[in-house]
Amino acid sequence: MIVADRKDVREIRDKIKDHNRVLFVGCGTCVTVCLSGGEREVGILASATRMALKLIGHENVVVDECTIERQCEDAFIDLIAHRVDDYDAICSFGCGVGVQHMAERFPKTPVYAGLNTQFMGALESQGVWMEKCAGCGYCRADEFAGICPITRCAKQLLNGPCGGSRDGMCEVRPDLECGWQLIYDRAKAIGTLEKLRAIAPPVDWSFSMHGGPRKVVREDQYVGESAPKR
Amino acid sequence: MRISWSTLELRRRGGPVSDYEPLILALCCHYCAYAAADLAGSMRLQYPANVRVLRYPCTGKVEQNDILTAFEGGVDGVLVAGCLEGGCHFLEGNLRARRRVERTQEIMREIGLEPERLAMFNLSSAEGGRFAEIVTEMVDRLRELGPSPLRTNKADAESRVRELQALAEETVEGAPR
Repeated sequence: MIVADRKDVREIRDKIKDHNRVLFVGCGTCVTVCLSGGEREVGILASATRMALKLIGHENVVVDECTIERQCEDAFIDLIAHRVDDYDAICSFGCGVGVQHMAERFPKTPVYAGLNTQFMGALESQGVWMEKCAGCGYCRADEFAGICPITRCAKQLLNGPCGGSRDGMCEVRPDLECGWQLIYDRAKAIGTLEKLRAIAPPVDWSFSMHGGPRKVVREDQYVGESAPKR
Repeated sequence: MRISWSTLELRRRGGPVSDYEPLILALCCHYCAYAAADLAGSMRLQYPANVRVLRYPCTGKVEQNDILTAFEGGVDGVLVAGCLEGGCHFLEGNLRARRRVERTQEIMREIGLEPERLAMFNLSSAEGGRFAEIVTEMVDRLRELGPSPLRTNKADAESRVRELQALAEETVEGAPR
């Protein structure tokens, strides 16, 4: 899932304080699961922002809230389109995708970001999320016993470990596990240690976002004359 | 440019904060603090009449938004009262409530509302006297802090409290006895 973190209420307050009516829009998918932008969190942040506005003498700003299933699909955004006309700004509590998609969907309305989008990750333990994928565009995790060196090694080494691996920890941060130690341990456990002797060829970054935003196209699913190119 | 002083600042400047009676909301667990409040009554103990009690099936049911909504409505202080640590009917509801209280205090600090207006207490159902003490302690603290800068008038705050009371009673109806 996409993992995000809330912004400081003061930052949100300062962004919206000169508007008259602002709609806080939560997202019911990834950010609900990572407890940052779902119905409950938006309720908390809307209430906190209303109080913050009042405390600096901007109590005239109306802040309302709603949450839709997903901010990255027009079909769900359409459900609140009729409400948006009543507001002069939106504060999106979706990930960066949600913020941009809302901005494109409502070209005349300023859209502010309520969250700081962090990464694609998994729930490590209750209340802790860990980055697991960098979205590099060409997955090679299986070459490394199922652990991605691009995400898990601080130096993104494909032929690790480096000299900074000490007792299973990384020199970059004392609390960070060495990605290559994880790869080695798992390869040993599943009996594929020999595979790691081969030199891993460099990453082909042309699949990554160095050529601008990418598209995934399914021609068979496309409705229209000719599908856009990847 | 509009400038609004915090109540503490007003007090320092000799502003008008006299004849003020704090309004406190007590979010009480059905199994301990609520019973303790009942016991305080049976024992004919005196404590300030500034407190409005809300019954929860467990403090683990207290949402951060319940607390923030109360402050937004103009309540001067909120106390969350749960079972003694290790004594929660639902094992760890009171421990979760404490963390939620701390997170709410963090938000209060961010927006410029004194986090001391919110406090969590632990007591057992046998401690009627302790309940009276807690309320007295909270009233003293809030007298010191002055009225909430978010309060417009006491009647509005009272009506918000009644709304929250009705909501809490709805949720507690289905709770195991």
